[in-house]
Amino acid sequence: MSPTQIAIALWTLVHKEIKRFMRIWPQTLLPPSITMTMYFIIFGNLIGSRIGDMDGFSYMDFIVPGLIMMAVITNSYSNVASSFFSNKFQRSIEEMMVSPMPNWVILAGFVLGGMARGLGVGLIVTIVSLFFTRISMVHPLLTIFVVVLTSALFSIGGFINALLADKFDDISIVPTFILTPLTYLGGVFYSISMLPALWQGVSMLNPILYMVNVFRYGFLGVSDIPVVWALSAIVAFIVVLFGIALWMLDRGKGIRS
Amino acid sequence: MATPALSIRGLTKVYGNGFHALKGIDLDVQQGDFFALLGPNGAGKSTTLGVVCSLVQKSAGQISIFGIDTDRDFARAKYHLGVVPQEFNFNQFEKVIDIVLAQAGYYGMSRSEALPRAKRLLGDLGLWDKRDGSARMLSGGMKRRLMIARALMHRPKLLILDEPTAGVDIELRRSMWEYLRRINREEGTTIILTTHYLEEAESLCRNVAIINHGEIIRNTSVRALLTELDTETFLFDLAAPLEAVPQIEGFEVQQIDGAQLAVMVHRGQRLNDIFAALGEQGIEVVSMRNRANRLEEMFVTMVEQGNADLARAAAAAEARP
Repeated sequence: MSPTQIAIALWTLVHKEIKRFMRIWPQTLLPPSITMTMYFIIFGNLIGSRIGDMDGFSYMDFIVPGLIMMAVITNSYSNVASSFFSNKFQRSIEEMMVSPMPNWVILAGFVLGGMARGLGVGLIVTIVSLFFTRISMVHPLLTIFVVVLTSALFSIGGFINALLADKFDDISIVPTFILTPLTYLGGVFYSISMLPALWQGVSMLNPILYMVNVFRYGFLGVSDIPVVWALSAIVAFIVVLFGIALWMLDRGKGIRS
Repeated sequence: MATPALSIRGLTKVYGNGFHALKGIDLDVQQGDFFALLGPNGAGKSTTLGVVCSLVQKSAGQISIFGIDTDRDFARAKYHLGVVPQEFNFNQFEKVIDIVLAQAGYYGMSRSEALPRAKRLLGDLGLWDKRDGSARMLSGGMKRRLMIARALMHRPKLLILDEPTAGVDIELRRSMWEYLRRINREEGTTIILTTHYLEEAESLCRNVAIINHGEIIRNTSVRALLTELDTETFLFDLAAPLEAVPQIEGFEVQQIDGAQLAVMVHRGQRLNDIFAALGEQGIEVVSMRNRANRLEEMFVTMVEQGNADLARAAAAAEARP
């Protein structure tokens, strides 16, 4: 395919993915907005006022970046996982497989679609948070860079999950039993400096901690871990997972008999 | 001779459970042909087409599409290929127009080029009025036509249809046949189809391959195949029921019910002799027709012969010390 044809194919797929989650917005865009509003009201306003400051900031200000990141992670992941698996289930993935589209375009199309939803929900949550606090960004470019990378990473994760899934249950196992616990334990609601040394060490094995921290650094200018280290880890994860996803796609894992 | 539209050499497929779906088949389909791939369920028809379309991974063998080796440049070969699978494989919740436009996009067609093409194809196939409706609202026949429109969006030179008229009513089937004949005749599109309706193959196709147990057991023209037909069975509807089966010298006669006879006619025998014999016995014939489609009769014979050979071979292997 020529570069122009590849661009058309990629845009077709991305456009289709965006149309899909916009068509079903009560299932894709509305629920995270409501959930995050609840978090802001309960944890930020009601309980947060009794917790006091965290790392020198009000508890509400402290949790806003983490909650935005949580929404971005879960929505990026679940969008690609459910959309790609649905394509597998309805066999409409064959439309793409019989076409001359390279596999990396298929992967990139779904990942960009997941990012569109993840970042879209992130934006909605950010707007909602403005009703509860004043947001300031110390490092706006870094903030945007990190959230885009994180969204890409979890979109790729959702793609791999969908490739391996045989039934709909298989695409809810990872978000329920891995992603949610890691996100909650990834410093969204607390600073790991509050933990005993042992658990601080254990927390450092949680990749989501790095993303939440560097994102919070972009907003507040404080982080539990070095920013460069966190950024390098995210980029490394993206490169490795993209490679794995492409390798699986090239071998027809989960889609070719 | 022009490069074949499709050339298959030594194609083998062994599934993960050890089942040998294809046992090294060779097949050539010439450009412009209307070709039927026939075989009973599980014979290997869909697997063959699945490998050609890249939906199934081959275990061994070579495939060329218009001379392009799929191992070397499958992407380029795919531009020549349009696929209409057996099962509906589009997103049922999408609009009809979105489905065909997306397919064009996957082939790198711009929207300005794809839209007039979609209008023409959906119009030709009677779906233009349904373009803004969800695909799940279409009837079964419309869904099949949607898959044909989708497969033709990028102007493929080779169209592969896996049982395209399964579950389609007779009237719609005939209109689909006419459409396929038209694109074969007017646009020179090479068409390969698998079908269970042997009448379909006889009516549409010039050449045919019969596959059974993963092997091509016959590959010839439909005309040549029919000339080999040794026996045909004719049904005679009678004016009045008979109490006993009439004897007709040289013919095998069966009574289907009181007023219907089945007569087996071998090559070289004359129908006039049957009418004469029945007339002599005072039996009046109201109408006459073939019991089965002619090709079907031959197909059943071949497949049964193949199955019997296989059973004999298995028994012989079993009996070996």
